[in-house]
Amino acid sequence: MSFAKDKTLIGLALAIPALLAAGAILPDWLRFLLQVSLASGLAALGVTLQMRAGLVSFGQGLYFCLGGYAAGMAGHFLGVTDAFVLLALGVLVPSAVAVLLGFLMARYREIFFAMLSLAFSMILYGILVKAEALGSTDGFNLPKATFLGYAPSGAALRFATYALTCVAAVTVAMALHRYLTSPMGFIGEAIRENELRVEYLGTSPRTIVHVKYVIAAAVSGVGGALAALSVGHIDPDMAYWTTSGNFVFVALLSGTGSVAAPLIGAFLLELVRIYAVEYSPYTWQMILGATMLLVILFLPGGLWSLVARRGRGA
Amino acid sequence: MLTSVAIVFDGLVYASWLFTVSVGLTLIYGVMKILNIAHGSLYALGAYAAAYLVGAYLGGGYPPLFSYLVLLAAAIAVGAFFGVLIERGILRLMYGRDEVLMVLVTYAVFLVLEDAVKVIFGVDPYFASQPYGLLGTVDVLGLPYPVYDFGLIALALLAGIGVWWGLNRTRRGKLLTAVIHDREMSVAFGINVTAVFLVTFIIGSMLGALGGAFTAPKVSVVPGIGVEVIVLAFAVVVIGGLGSIGGAMIGALIVGLARAAAVHLLPQAELFVIYGVMSLVLAFRPHGLFARPATRKI
Repeated sequence: MSFAKDKTLIGLALAIPALLAAGAILPDWLRFLLQVSLASGLAALGVTLQMRAGLVSFGQGLYFCLGGYAAGMAGHFLGVTDAFVLLALGVLVPSAVAVLLGFLMARYREIFFAMLSLAFSMILYGILVKAEALGSTDGFNLPKATFLGYAPSGAALRFATYALTCVAAVTVAMALHRYLTSPMGFIGEAIRENELRVEYLGTSPRTIVHVKYVIAAAVSGVGGALAALSVGHIDPDMAYWTTSGNFVFVALLSGTGSVAAPLIGAFLLELVRIYAVEYSPYTWQMILGATMLLVILFLPGGLWSLVARRGRGA
Repeated sequence: MLTSVAIVFDGLVYASWLFTVSVGLTLIYGVMKILNIAHGSLYALGAYAAAYLVGAYLGGGYPPLFSYLVLLAAAIAVGAFFGVLIERGILRLMYGRDEVLMVLVTYAVFLVLEDAVKVIFGVDPYFASQPYGLLGTVDVLGLPYPVYDFGLIALALLAGIGVWWGLNRTRRGKLLTAVIHDREMSVAFGINVTAVFLVTFIIGSMLGALGGAFTAPKVSVVPGIGVEVIVLAFAVVVIGGLGSIGGAMIGALIVGLARAAAVHLLPQAELFVIYGVMSLVLAFRPHGLFARPATRKI
């Protein structure tokens, strides 16, 4: 499909100027919310990618955390402040780890995939919590980011990180959409439906899953690095299983229908969270859980399936 | 020498705690093929109910020795009530769905119950340490250990033997085994699978609550105590093999001793070692130490 005919790509491309314009007029808190949810939405996008191949990663926090810590440690210990370098590290380190772990992970399916990914993320959590040089459970702060020599401060810095987050998140989503509409991308669904037949047709599901695993890690790593840059602080909770659970939640709620779904879903969730915590602090998770049950029962395709249904006019 | 004694005994106490928490989880998985994250909430609810009831009981001036029965009663009540509620209210609607999806369903239930705990019991910590100190301590090769901890080991053994005996030596247990092996065929032979599922889930829930109830005197009961427990229990049952009772026992021993060794020899590795062992076992025996791998179906 060419660029001009793909509605998702056009929509995403238009989203960049829209987001930047919105950033200029939105109040600070809402813009920050948007920024943080785009970052965590990328991690959820990593979960979605694997979900399309029928694999549920209950440890995507591993790569979210690795991305954040790669960027954070380079900034904190090596004095690297350039956001683009930090972002690149946030992709490279998780990808490298995923290439290695992928040899093992690609052999696992279903509940065993979920459990092994959970175990790996908890290992990282266990290491970070006890690493005093890295601030143990408190984590540490990142230095102020610079952008190719441009070193803003105050409001200008906040807008610059926001702009970087938007452009990076949307670009990643566009690239991922291209991947998912390629033959390599479509094979994921074939694996989910019937892996053995994919094998009989002459493709190696293991290689495909491995590639998807690495891509998901890279995407989540970008999310982690962006989250670290946005918040200016990282801690081991990024790798804890509840963080990963939250990503799975967003992926499930949004549905696997579109790359934009988890990004929008993450934002809506953050928005609801802010108001729920304000008005009813002790029942917030209860609302989440109940919503999740309702979605599983009545909307197996996630909220995006409502959008998709309207689009088809059915 | 003293260190090795400490490692073995700390390990045993920790392992017995782990086993009490995990045996219900592995039982539910074995029968229903549901990896129940909400098990962590039942642990928390058991702990809260126990702490609350023991506080009320002792506050009433009754003989403290019977507070152990209060702990037990709290676990049974919590397990029965929430077991029925979760199974009949939610899980019943989801049977036949994908195993991984069931994990997410129970995760949702877990989230709901996490807040239910806060709504019911508030967010202030509860203390019920009287039963813990009541029995005094005993010297083990030069190290003082609370008698209560030996009680926990006995409780774990009792729970394990009870479940094993129930499964292997009673008629109902044999029916259960039939359901585990082939659900559809069991239905055809007239076993009431609905009832079997409900009873299994209640017993599993009670065991989870039991773990919480008997831990309550040792700790301060605060919101979120179930969050950590459930991943530990996952590690135990995955190491032993999902659905295997004996496996859960071995898994608990491995994790318990490994953690105790780490705490005494290399404290930085306390958490790492648990999940390190879990990954290692999964890497070499993907289905755990004691479970048979499933055949691939077309």
